[in-house]
Amino acid sequence: MQVPSGYGVHPQNYIPPSGHYPQGPGKMTSLPLDSQCGDYYSGLYTVPTQNVVTSNTANQQPGAQHMYGRGPPAPHIVGSTPGSFQGAASSTSHLHTSASQPYSPFVNHYSSPAMYSANSSVASQGFPSTCGHYAMSTVSNAAYPSVSYPSLPAGDPYGQQMFTSQNAPTVRPVRDNSFSGHSTAIGHPSPLPPPPSHQYHQQQSLSGCSTLSWSTSGLPSTQDNLVRNHTGTLATASSNPTNTVADSLSCPVTQNVQPLKSSPVVPTVLPGASSTRTPPAANRPVEPVASVTQPSELLQQKGVDSSSTTSSASPVPNSYDALEGGSYPDMLSSSASSPAPDPAPEPDPAPAPAPSAPQPSKMAKPFGYGYPALQPGYQNATAPLNSAVPPSSPGYSGFQPYAQYPGMNQLSSSLGGLSLQSSPQPESLRPVNLTQERNILPMTPVWAPVPNLNLDLRKLNCSPDSFRCTLTNIPQTQALLNKAKLPLGLLLHPFRDLTQLPVITSNTIVRCRSCRTYINPFVSFIDQRRWKCNLCYRVNDVPEEFMYNPLTRSYGEPHKRPEVQNSTVEFIASSDYMLRPPQPAVYLFVLDVSHNAVEAGYLTILCQSLLENLDKLPGDSRTRIGFMTFDSTIHFYNLQEGLSQPQMLIVSDIDDVFLPTPDSLLVNLYESKELIKDLLNALPNMFTNTRETHSALGPALQAAFKLMSPTGGRVSVFQTQLPSLGAGLLQSREDPNQRSSTKVVQHLGPATDFYKKLALDCSGQQTAVDLFLLSSQYSDLASLACISKYSAGCIYYYPSFHYTHNPSQAEKLQKDLKRYLTRKIGFEAVMRIRCTKGLSMHTFHGNFFVRSTDLLSLANISPDAGFAVQLSIEENLTDTSLVCFQTALLYTSSKGERRIRVHTLCLPVVSSLADVYAGVDVQAAVCLLANMAVDRSISSSLSDARDALVNAVVDSLSAYGSTVSNLQHSALIAPSSLKLFPLYVLALLKQKAFRTGTSTRLDDRVYAMCQIKCQPLVHLMKMIHPNLYRIDRLTDEGAIHVNDRVVPQPPLQKLSAEKLTREGAFLMDCGSVFYIWIGKSCDNNFIEDVLGYPNFASIPQKMTHLPELDTLSSERARSFITWLRDNRPLSPILHVVKDESPAKTEFFQHLIEDRTEAAFSYYEFLLHIQQQICK
Amino acid sequence: MAFTFAPFSYMLALLLTAVLIFFTIWHIIAFDELKTDYRNPIFPSPPQVPDSQRSTPIDQCNTLNPIVLPEYLIHAFFCVMFLCAAEWLTLGLRMPLLAYHIWRYMSRPVMSGPGLYDPTTIMNADILAYCQKEGSCKLAFYLLAFFYYLYGMIYVLVSS
Repeated sequence: MQVPSGYGVHPQNYIPPSGHYPQGPGKMTSLPLDSQCGDYYSGLYTVPTQNVVTSNTANQQPGAQHMYGRGPPAPHIVGSTPGSFQGAASSTSHLHTSASQPYSPFVNHYSSPAMYSANSSVASQGFPSTCGHYAMSTVSNAAYPSVSYPSLPAGDPYGQQMFTSQNAPTVRPVRDNSFSGHSTAIGHPSPLPPPPSHQYHQQQSLSGCSTLSWSTSGLPSTQDNLVRNHTGTLATASSNPTNTVADSLSCPVTQNVQPLKSSPVVPTVLPGASSTRTPPAANRPVEPVASVTQPSELLQQKGVDSSSTTSSASPVPNSYDALEGGSYPDMLSSSASSPAPDPAPEPDPAPAPAPSAPQPSKMAKPFGYGYPALQPGYQNATAPLNSAVPPSSPGYSGFQPYAQYPGMNQLSSSLGGLSLQSSPQPESLRPVNLTQERNILPMTPVWAPVPNLNLDLRKLNCSPDSFRCTLTNIPQTQALLNKAKLPLGLLLHPFRDLTQLPVITSNTIVRCRSCRTYINPFVSFIDQRRWKCNLCYRVNDVPEEFMYNPLTRSYGEPHKRPEVQNSTVEFIASSDYMLRPPQPAVYLFVLDVSHNAVEAGYLTILCQSLLENLDKLPGDSRTRIGFMTFDSTIHFYNLQEGLSQPQMLIVSDIDDVFLPTPDSLLVNLYESKELIKDLLNALPNMFTNTRETHSALGPALQAAFKLMSPTGGRVSVFQTQLPSLGAGLLQSREDPNQRSSTKVVQHLGPATDFYKKLALDCSGQQTAVDLFLLSSQYSDLASLACISKYSAGCIYYYPSFHYTHNPSQAEKLQKDLKRYLTRKIGFEAVMRIRCTKGLSMHTFHGNFFVRSTDLLSLANISPDAGFAVQLSIEENLTDTSLVCFQTALLYTSSKGERRIRVHTLCLPVVSSLADVYAGVDVQAAVCLLANMAVDRSISSSLSDARDALVNAVVDSLSAYGSTVSNLQHSALIAPSSLKLFPLYVLALLKQKAFRTGTSTRLDDRVYAMCQIKCQPLVHLMKMIHPNLYRIDRLTDEGAIHVNDRVVPQPPLQKLSAEKLTREGAFLMDCGSVFYIWIGKSCDNNFIEDVLGYPNFASIPQKMTHLPELDTLSSERARSFITWLRDNRPLSPILHVVKDESPAKTEFFQHLIEDRTEAAFSYYEFLLHIQQQICK
Repeated sequence: MAFTFAPFSYMLALLLTAVLIFFTIWHIIAFDELKTDYRNPIFPSPPQVPDSQRSTPIDQCNTLNPIVLPEYLIHAFFCVMFLCAAEWLTLGLRMPLLAYHIWRYMSRPVMSGPGLYDPTTIMNADILAYCQKEGSCKLAFYLLAFFYYLYGMIYVLVSS
């Protein structure tokens, strides 16, 4: 075993480096890995983990982002860059440690990483020579460097480089402090003594690994053993126990890689793998997670390499396969890909032993081959090195496991664990009889399906939180797409808050010379000096600067640069990317002060909020701010520094608005802070006695535009009524009697193009207008919203706002304002979306102005803005197996830096209809359909849009029934991937935006439509299909740990009154609103412990807070609600709804599976669809 | 000599159709420009500059919108002319397009100025494709009409 393994290792090592070239990202550099891992893992996998994750991962925070921040990932990136700094020319790459929080942590690493890498590299070199593979493996267990080891023995320069890079990254995941000490200590001492034991470990690890991979969460005892072993070795090696744990985790990962690659080495590797997979075992949840992510990537790469190893190492490959396989089914099933879910702890000892030599090779192909296939040139180069590798292997099997795993079925019998993967029909294609399935909604949240790529690419791929496609398997031709009757499009959340993001400063930003694509993880390196664009296939030169890798301080490894290791990166752009010097942050507030507005009392809240957050407004020393108020006239405020008090200037000529003193209306925030504070303190009381009822919004906006046009910036407009004077005045168009009409809903479009034209002018001057509409009567949002829609602003609507009569709205405004004022902002932005040749952008959805076929002009970009894009396939994609999408968002940060945030998504192309259905992301599809339906309702009619929604379900299900499934046609059959489609569409039909027959105010409807257009997918899904939980019996079972708090994870309930029992209390999460419904005979203990009232009768009608009671159930309920709240930008308001209270109709409206007088129940809807299909 | 109103209207129509053909070609070029994205060829520097120099939908709409009504009016003028000249067949051939024009203008987006094209929706692929198709169909129609007028003019002159 050992000897062969050793051999295997060598070739593998060689291969990997070559593999790296093409797609280096995944494999080697721990830095990139970490960062990626952080991103992807967290994005794809972590999210699920959060929910799923058991107690082990207590430290993890709920969001993927948290993951990033915590630990390893963030440091990695930073660290890597810093390292480069030291070594390299200073200019080449930096991390930006901007003042903003996320980056700062990195700073510490700067010095350390370099140190480490150096140490590790040294150690590694020494090891290979002395210890040989075994030693190395052992080392790896003990110390970080293990990953690189394999390469070292081979003696390739690459390997060494790899090594260094890897070491650095691995180190980073571990705590900073420990790093230096550990690395040195661990690397040297540990490796030598332990080798024999390590071997032993290896074997165990193999078995353990396999089990782990499968069971992911369910850590078998073997794993524990392994972990312990590791820790023990580690402990010997390094003094710090804690560190050791972390180290061991990280190490194993690297080790895993080795084993994967070379079977002989396996033992060490496996443990690592196991450790990675089973973060819970590790004492420190957070760190392990980070380490896990790295390992996984490493594994992937190795896996690729492993293909070469056909040797006796069979056990290893098996385990490896198992690992991959394990992930596969999860991904497809859309259940959380993350380890967290750990649905089936099945330990599958079988897979490990089972592996026979042939299997591994086959298994390996899919993974390994993805890359080579992409980059033929590279393959050739590598091929000689790995003689063992089966170059003959059919390329892409990795991408299309179903169709192309010919051997799998046969193998599966021997590999018990693999059965899921190898089954001819993936989980996502399992036929579901919709009318028979009573509980269609899964108990756990629905996660994005993971594209069926090989592990390498999958780990590198963009987080689904930022970038999702409705079809994760792209059909090869438009004809195939038409046959599938499914919408094809992207859902983007490009500027979302990330706690960790690689920021790259470089003199030259490497881009394709013909299509201007930014270099990304999915390009192929033909050789060291040339790369092939993955969008247009042009071969480009690698610039000299790019040859130097700042992370590893090594030269000649372009494939290890952070740009190629991360599919989400941010560049600091040079002056080439500026049309003018970056603008300062400029904020203008335009406030309605008519009688209506004063009556509503929003000024107090706004001014208070502004006063509190004045220092937190994003910006630098140039930040400027200004105020205008208007009723029937327009009031400007001169806040020029030096004045003793703010000066109010009134312009009453609203037909021809002019600026009284253009220079002193927008003032520097810091120079005039006292005046601004004076004004904010005075404003709420200045108009208390006003009798002016008119509102000259149009002229005020014109004035605002004039004021802003020299610089651009953000205009925040607060409006409380229908504009009634001057340009842009509007008439009431709503007929209250038509609110519940089932026929025609009119006036969804604007009444005038004044606001649209003004918005386009604003957009041209880089000014965005955000509209806050606080009104109790009809205000024609359909017209007013245009001002924000086309200037890339955002829209907030607070119906029946009143600061005392409606305290929950007031509280919501206050919280929203806090977020609004302090969140990140990007100015003068453009976003371009590119996709592989053959695909084209069809239609865009969101708030922006489309400048050309793929360019969106965004005067402002906010982290809460989402976009959708419809795609069409213009040329057949027969000659490619992957397609990529890239969004590049070029913006000016509030610090006056020009930055480019680039996301790249890679998806496989399939040629069979079944594969298309297998890859449907039903949530994305529903969100895209919702966007299209909004357009349809405005351009055509609401009933058209509703019909189109129903037809979307009917068409896709009937197409599936007639082509893919060969079951009897009498039943309504959907593939598992689409089983929620009818439910979600029904939910859409009952959504405020599209419902008919239920009384809906026109403004509410229009606002819902605006939200559909500009909300990112996660929030939109909650709006469409709320989550219902039962909260009177929360337990810690399956709870996750966030910030040392235990957050219970109650199962999702279906949205039906049948689930509501009188004895229970239920929480409904509608995105922007939470309802807690209290049943009539709800347990008094619950009412007392959680609500603080003795019994049901004493609960007040209006209750918007849960008291902080010192009881276990109260703590659980509150921590759950807080956790839900923390996950979203705008704080939802909470309503406690008693059964029998009038407010309960609100609550019951959201029970979309039930019948209402105007709409189908879910079951009726299914029957309706079935009828339509049979017609 | 029978130089009556009919041949005169044919001659005028001939001339004006040339103008219409010119308008239509203008449309086609403008939409084509919007559709084909000028990705700057091999020129490794800023993406911004080409973008900013590219004609935006606003520019295109601003140039196209003013010529929409004239085109429609000219066409309506033909119809009136042929009505007066009692050229029923020609009138019959023109009527469908007149009806289409009326429908098209009635269903235009909400706009304060004259014209049809809204810069915020024109980049929508469906609308763009529709406009392109409309342009080419009209071009074909006007070209056929041109030769028909030529024939009609000669026929009227000869027959009279």
